Amino acid sequence: MTLDVADALSRLAHRLGGEGARLSDAGRLSGGASMETWGFVIEGAGAREDLILRRRSGAFDPENARSISLATEAALIRATGARGAPVPSVRHVCDDADGLGEAYVMGRVSGETLGKRIVSDPRFDAVRGGLARQCGAVLAQIHATPPPPGLALKTIDGIGELDRYEEVYRAVGAGRPILELAFQYLRKHVPDAVEPTLLHGDFRNGNLMFDPEKGLVAVLDWELSHIGDPAEDMGWICTNSWRFGRPDRPVGGFGDYADLLAGYAAAGGRPIELSRVRFWQMLGSLRWGVMCLTMYMSWANGTERSVERPMIGRRVSETEADLVTLLEQGL
Amino acid sequence: MITHPRTEELAEAVAAWIDQIRPSLDPRNAFLARVAANAMATIRREITEGPAAEVAAVAAMAGVLGRAGTYEDLNAELCQRIRSGDLTVETPGLLPALRVMADDQLAIDQPSYRPEGAPQPPSGQPTPPPAPV
Repeated sequence: MTLDVADALSRLAHRLGGEGARLSDAGRLSGGASMETWGFVIEGAGAREDLILRRRSGAFDPENARSISLATEAALIRATGARGAPVPSVRHVCDDADGLGEAYVMGRVSGETLGKRIVSDPRFDAVRGGLARQCGAVLAQIHATPPPPGLALKTIDGIGELDRYEEVYRAVGAGRPILELAFQYLRKHVPDAVEPTLLHGDFRNGNLMFDPEKGLVAVLDWELSHIGDPAEDMGWICTNSWRFGRPDRPVGGFGDYADLLAGYAAAGGRPIELSRVRFWQMLGSLRWGVMCLTMYMSWANGTERSVERPMIGRRVSETEADLVTLLEQGL
Repeated sequence: MITHPRTEELAEAVAAWIDQIRPSLDPRNAFLARVAANAMATIRREITEGPAAEVAAVAAMAGVLGRAGTYEDLNAELCQRIRSGDLTVETPGLLPALRVMADDQLAIDQPSYRPEGAPQPPSGQPTPPPAPV
């Protein structure tokens, strides 16, 4: 059964905008196997609201899924926004009456999410130098947010993450010596335990919206949020696969480690050692390498037949080239 | 193998045709067509550069392991001895061997990717094309 989203949005427009409100400009912005995004406008009495619907289009298995429910996502966006983090405003969490399944509605933020443009487009030249510091400050706000009670967020540490991805790697059965060495090396260099905090979990180019004048204006896609080592979020934005051709600028292809760490500390974050960030960065490359293998496997076992999947499988070698350099340099 | 045409020329011709029809496709299929054209380019590079890369990888692994063997055989032993802790980052020759293998494979899979540690491009040089996916 295919849900008529535009039809349901029309009913939602009446619910959110009141009598006489009407829906316009509804259209799907993006969609994958499990999640879709719609843009729409509610025009009411003299008011016009630009909104985004985020809804799950596939099945959700809370036991096995890495991701959180959309209602949890919405609660985290509200909680981190209340601490000052730049996030969209959550307008409505959908219920059964909306007929949209698992979904929520947020205000539309305009800006750029394409990493390639953020690292190289001259439009961002004026703000680029300040983005790493800004990312540090925003991460400090997110990490200082007490997780709202009752959300059942998973707690993940370095050893748990290595175990999880090594299990996936073994199940795939690909013999990749560089990934093997990265697992062994990282196991010997797991940093000491630290007081865990709320993490965004997928803090990288693609999920961050930037404005050419204001810099970071919205942190999006909270579905991998969890509790863990605050350096995990920092290492992920420093993983070279998200630097879009600028490996010389370790933070997202736009900034330096020192600015990220200074922005974090200046905003009240507990100071973090660079070696700790580098541990999570190397684990980030390893994790992305294993994820690329699983993308290939989803094609090989027939789950997903898009040509995109086996081609992502060929991106393992980008992580191997990065990992060899990191192994040469050490943490 | 026959040479008129060579396999890599067939791959090149298919890639060119995909690029030719791309503008007529809807956005999703235009994206997938670009991925498909990139796949053909990868196939072409693997055919032209793969044999030398495999010879280099076999030599590199044989040097670390101190014995001759096939690619599959040496790769399996290398994985097993790294996993067991017998070979580590301190093992002389291991990282240089892995460097050769990683660089050669990346040149086939994604030559535009700028890996960790790559020097900064001279200013004014056009930025490399985006990743294949």
